[in-house]
Amino acid sequence: MRSEALLSVCDLRIAFGAVEAVRGLSFDVLPREVFAVVGESGAGKSLTARALLGIVPRDATVNGSVRLRGGADPAAERGRRIALVPQDALSALSPVHPVGDQLAAAVRSVRRVSRKEARARAVAALDRVGIPDAARRARAYPHEYSGGMRQRAVIAMATVNEPDVVVADEPTTALDEDRRERVLRLLAEQREAVGAALVLVTHDLDVVRDHADRVLVMYAGRAAELGPVERVLGHPRAPYTAGLLAALPQDGPRRRRLPALTGTPPAPGALGPGCAFAPRCPLAVAACHEDEPEPQAVDGRTVACHRVADVPEPIREFL
Amino acid sequence: MTDPLLDVRGLVVRYGPVTAVDHVSFTLDAGETLALDGPSGCGKSSTALAVLQLRRPHAGRVRFEGRELTSLTDRELRPLRPRMQPVFQDPYGSLSPRHRIRDAVAEPLKAQGRWNADDGPARVAELLEKVGLDPSSGDRRPHELSGGQCQRAGIARALACEPRLLVLDEPVSALDASVRAGVLNLLADLQDELGLGYLFICHDRAVVRHVADRVIEMREGRITSEWRPR
Repeated sequence: MRSEALLSVCDLRIAFGAVEAVRGLSFDVLPREVFAVVGESGAGKSLTARALLGIVPRDATVNGSVRLRGGADPAAERGRRIALVPQDALSALSPVHPVGDQLAAAVRSVRRVSRKEARARAVAALDRVGIPDAARRARAYPHEYSGGMRQRAVIAMATVNEPDVVVADEPTTALDEDRRERVLRLLAEQREAVGAALVLVTHDLDVVRDHADRVLVMYAGRAAELGPVERVLGHPRAPYTAGLLAALPQDGPRRRRLPALTGTPPAPGALGPGCAFAPRCPLAVAACHEDEPEPQAVDGRTVACHRVADVPEPIREFL
Repeated sequence: MTDPLLDVRGLVVRYGPVTAVDHVSFTLDAGETLALDGPSGCGKSSTALAVLQLRRPHAGRVRFEGRELTSLTDRELRPLRPRMQPVFQDPYGSLSPRHRIRDAVAEPLKAQGRWNADDGPARVAELLEKVGLDPSSGDRRPHELSGGQCQRAGIARALACEPRLLVLDEPVSALDASVRAGVLNLLADLQDELGLGYLFICHDRAVVRHVADRVIEMREGRITSEWRPR
């Protein structure tokens, strides 16, 4: 564990019975960085994001460790040092309490302050996320807010106690491009304002490119590639990362067909002994089907791929 | 010069006092992809529903294969419906969770009275294969398939009655990146093979640039610009 890390994840494993959905993840989140976790549905990114806050499904078994700086268990610091922006802003707020009351309750759940003080902090947080006339709006119910305002209120809720780490789980999935940009800008501003690191879980590589400092690319519950965004997305070394990037429609000359990855991501529990990506990987050799590759440091990032040493960059040309 | 496949003039859709689509006009030729782009609530999907006559427009004309649809009764529309088929955004939501994929694809054939027990199953297997699904996936129910596979099944069902026009409402927005490319390629191949016209609703600019021959931008119910990707 690097001493400056705000949050350290070491060999995290999450299993449902005999089926492992997260299969040995290790990474640190550094102060004030935007750390993206990217992957396709079923890769385990949402499970991982929630495990960072000590939220795991009841029937799951968790191994490995997640620790905040100083060794604290994040579950005990949830809402205080680490907070969640959940995926669905509409269902994240109680429909039967005014928004300001919900924020004030969040304040009083972690701080011994007067109702009046909690109220003032709630209004200040709403004001900070750009809710107009925040003192009055604090008395309104979620159904009186527009969709965009509810999204803002949820972000205010996550930042009201000035946490060290904000975990945002697909905060922009259901939004169109304009709103997506607005929400991401708001998250960035709020992160700046309270001095927090942001863990941004997304399936959208454009969001990663535009907003993150470092990225963890997950495939089938493991890290395929982990490192600075400009290296990982600019010069991918894991075939999965490269294939994913190649499959994105790009600006530039139009192509009638995109270089699509064949097949679909594997279901947890349906994995062979080898690299989980091997059945879809155009570079796979016999060894890839036999052993799971271990992460290794290559070219300023970490890559889990047996072929990383013998396939030169840019590997896109080999796909 | 032949008629366009679809000719929409002065289309207006209202929901109570709200005008969702405000005098929208465009044409679409066979074999062409016209993208409708714009933010949430700009009227893209309302335009799609009105073109399909699933929601009757308040004003305007919709000519499809040279026939005016807005003046037809529901009964008169029925024989034309197979020729214009929707594909929706949510791959799971567009299929009944209780039906096997095979039955979902057979349903439009049955509804159109085109089903017969001798060659119906073979037609379904052919459709599944056409969209890149293993025939064995016909035995599955939607929750047993991935999102990409469900979307392919939805496309197979849309193709069952040999349409000329597909109205695709955000067909790849819910799909993962590595799967999305496969579905976009499938749509391109089907268009090349069958000469389908696509009205393609999408708010992802990169996808729009990739698929569209022409793009119409909408905002607050009106067309604000029209352009062609390079």
